Amino acid sequence: MLDFPRWRIWMLNIVLIVGIAFAIPSLLPSQMRAQLAQFVPTSTINLGLDLAGGSHILLEADTSQLSEARLEALEDSVRNAMRRANPQIAIADVSRSQGQLSFNVTDISKVDAAREVILPLISNSLGARDWNLGVNIGNRIILSPASSGDETALDQAMDTAKDVIDRRINALGTLEPTIIRQGQNRIVVQVPGLDDPEALKALIGKTAKLEFKLVDEQADPDQTAQGKARVGSQVLPYPDNPTGLPNIAVRRLGGISGDKLVKADPTFDSQTNEPAVTIQFDSEGGQRFARMTQQNVNKLFAIVLDGQVISAPQIREPIFGGVSQISGSFTTESANALSISLRSGALPVDLTIVEERSVGPDLGADSIRRGVLAAVIGTTAILVLMFLVYGRFGMYANVALVINVLMILGVMSFANATLTLPGIAGFVLTIGAAVDANVLINERIREELKRGRRVVQAIEVGYKEASRAIFDANSTNVIAAVLLFIFGSGPIRGFAVVLMIGIVTSVFTAVTITRMWVSLWVKRTRPTELTI
Amino acid sequence: MKLLKLVRDDTNIDFLKWRVWAFAISLLLMAASIGLVATKGLNFGVDFIGGQMIRATFTQSATAPVTELRETVGSLGYGDPTIQRFGAENQVSIRMKLPEGADKNPELANAMAEKITSSLKVGHPDVRIDGVDSVSGKVSEELFSKGILALLAAMAGISIYIWFRFEWQFGVGAIWSLVHDVTLTFGLFALTGWEFDLNIIAALLTIIGYSLNDTVVIYDRIRENLMKFRKMEMASLLNLSVNETLSRTVMTSVSISLPLIVLVLFGPDVIFGFSMAMAFGIVVGTYSSIYQAAPILIWFKVGSHSFVPTDEVTGSKAERIDADFGAQP
Repeated sequence: MLDFPRWRIWMLNIVLIVGIAFAIPSLLPSQMRAQLAQFVPTSTINLGLDLAGGSHILLEADTSQLSEARLEALEDSVRNAMRRANPQIAIADVSRSQGQLSFNVTDISKVDAAREVILPLISNSLGARDWNLGVNIGNRIILSPASSGDETALDQAMDTAKDVIDRRINALGTLEPTIIRQGQNRIVVQVPGLDDPEALKALIGKTAKLEFKLVDEQADPDQTAQGKARVGSQVLPYPDNPTGLPNIAVRRLGGISGDKLVKADPTFDSQTNEPAVTIQFDSEGGQRFARMTQQNVNKLFAIVLDGQVISAPQIREPIFGGVSQISGSFTTESANALSISLRSGALPVDLTIVEERSVGPDLGADSIRRGVLAAVIGTTAILVLMFLVYGRFGMYANVALVINVLMILGVMSFANATLTLPGIAGFVLTIGAAVDANVLINERIREELKRGRRVVQAIEVGYKEASRAIFDANSTNVIAAVLLFIFGSGPIRGFAVVLMIGIVTSVFTAVTITRMWVSLWVKRTRPTELTI
Repeated sequence: MKLLKLVRDDTNIDFLKWRVWAFAISLLLMAASIGLVATKGLNFGVDFIGGQMIRATFTQSATAPVTELRETVGSLGYGDPTIQRFGAENQVSIRMKLPEGADKNPELANAMAEKITSSLKVGHPDVRIDGVDSVSGKVSEELFSKGILALLAAMAGISIYIWFRFEWQFGVGAIWSLVHDVTLTFGLFALTGWEFDLNIIAALLTIIGYSLNDTVVIYDRIRENLMKFRKMEMASLLNLSVNETLSRTVMTSVSISLPLIVLVLFGPDVIFGFSMAMAFGIVVGTYSSIYQAAPILIWFKVGSHSFVPTDEVTGSKAERIDADFGAQP
């Protein structure tokens, strides 16, 4: 037990040195870190938002809206495909309800042809079906979502949403956001060191779906006021409507969507001198926009953003070249935010902020200062106590403890783990628990000496007998820490991480390393008496 | 050099003498805790009930104008705020329920936060907003159920471990002492009205880990003594085991308490409840290991017969010939 071959001593020392080496960069101020030699590890511990200050925002996607959007897209593509089929296939009674799309093929003999047309539309690139196709009462075709289709669609939408958010935050400047998907339909956005989260929230929460629709000028204003629309039209809210109505009727068809933009910039309206946004379509979008304006000169068209009309100007002349200007009641800030949102693309799903935590940088700094102070005082007190109670063996435990602290920092730096405020508390607790192992060992050695064993034997038995309790105690703590990690969230996870790392390193330093030192001491001095 | 001894070598306290009393008192305290939680309830933070919490410091003032704030914020039409000092006299947390419909439209929550902070700034230009936490009902429900699940899973997982490593009676003893510690901590929070948030769940889990740590050390010694002293009466054997490990119990409790006391006194105010819960848990956990986990073994009739020594165990024990064999009470 006390026999340490040379190779083991070497190995243990190497582990110690590497562990400590990784801790060094985190302890140095950032200017000094930059000057370190190449071979020195440079990864450091991340500070959690509760320490660094910043915002944590949890966004959740509205999945029902996503299925609705998919259904709409499916209807569009089916209608188009039927129109383009050769010969054209007439369909009627199209309905979208309960997540299904169903329609009648007017000529019953063309059902099979319709089927052939639809099949490529509902299979994805991997050959699997996104939609199930069924035929009812002879000529009614029903398309219902396949479960995998919904999942894949959500998955893709969330990935896109993540990218879009990333682009939007990057447009704000030199922030270092962490954007991760969580679960099926959530995205976590963490931005450290942000003073004003309002601008950020306004930016990432906005879907920014831009549409241009023709205004239904034949609509009965009374009906529109009540929110009722004619067949083929829909009523949308229009807060700045010059007629004083809160909404406006627009045609469902014949509009174009604004997702084909290459540019969007804040500007000022040349006539009113009010903030506005200029947009530029890509060539395809530009052609469509030109066609739409050409066919509808002198009519009103509504600019719709996220289902709300922001303005409804008259088309005075066809607009070629794909450049247009959106004016509404913008402020400079909102025009800027809108152009960022439009430039980065629309979110494929609506995202709602379901959790938000922001910590001011002052509070964070105060927490670090006092947390570290508590850790230092606490550790010092333990060191003094251990020395007073166990003498030489207490000193071994103390050096092991200091190394343990450095190793926890080292492992955390290496893993790029995040230190949170509860993490500091976990640190303090680990320190307390780490000495427990040494206390168990030293107490056992004391006992064995009291029972009349000789020094070397007492040490040997002490380490061996204490190891069992140390193992069991640490195992139960690992169970607690793992469950904390699994079920916990945010800062609690940070706590669990420190706890887990601390358990492993503390057993290593408090048991293995001190045993090595003790055995070297025993070999060197062959003690016959021991004060412990 | 003369070393410090926290516990005298010849200490032999008859701990188990008071076991019935201790058990009765514990049951009483547990009942009181449950009663307090049921009647007075826990002061849940926004983590668990949803809502918005704004933390603010009045940097130029000695104390925060709590009464005035209650009126200003209350008059904004969002309902009555819960305003508490936390930490220094000039720091407050203002908790509000999220406005109606905020689950669908986060703008409403934003608007509320903005209104509250600007209303603070009107009368007090020195106010510094330290943080805003806004948790929707859905997320808070999840956090709550996840927290409870973590607690239950930890208690079950640990007890099963003990059951495998020792005997089923030990597993029951372990889980009972954990239930004891957790219940009393809940009681403490109900009694004091300290905010109960996610951090407290973390503290509870740590308490569970620590309390178990203590229980395991004593159980380990009980098992060892059971195999060593086959004929000894159970109560004396438990006393012997507790006394033999007492020096370690005291030393470890003191060393863990030291940093926790420092955390309570000097640590960040944000984790005051967390540190308090842990400090309390250390005391209760140490007590429960001695007075709950150990005596249960008597009532479950654990004895030497519970450990039919396997070859492996006798193998490691064969070398043990103790000088003080039989010299114990």
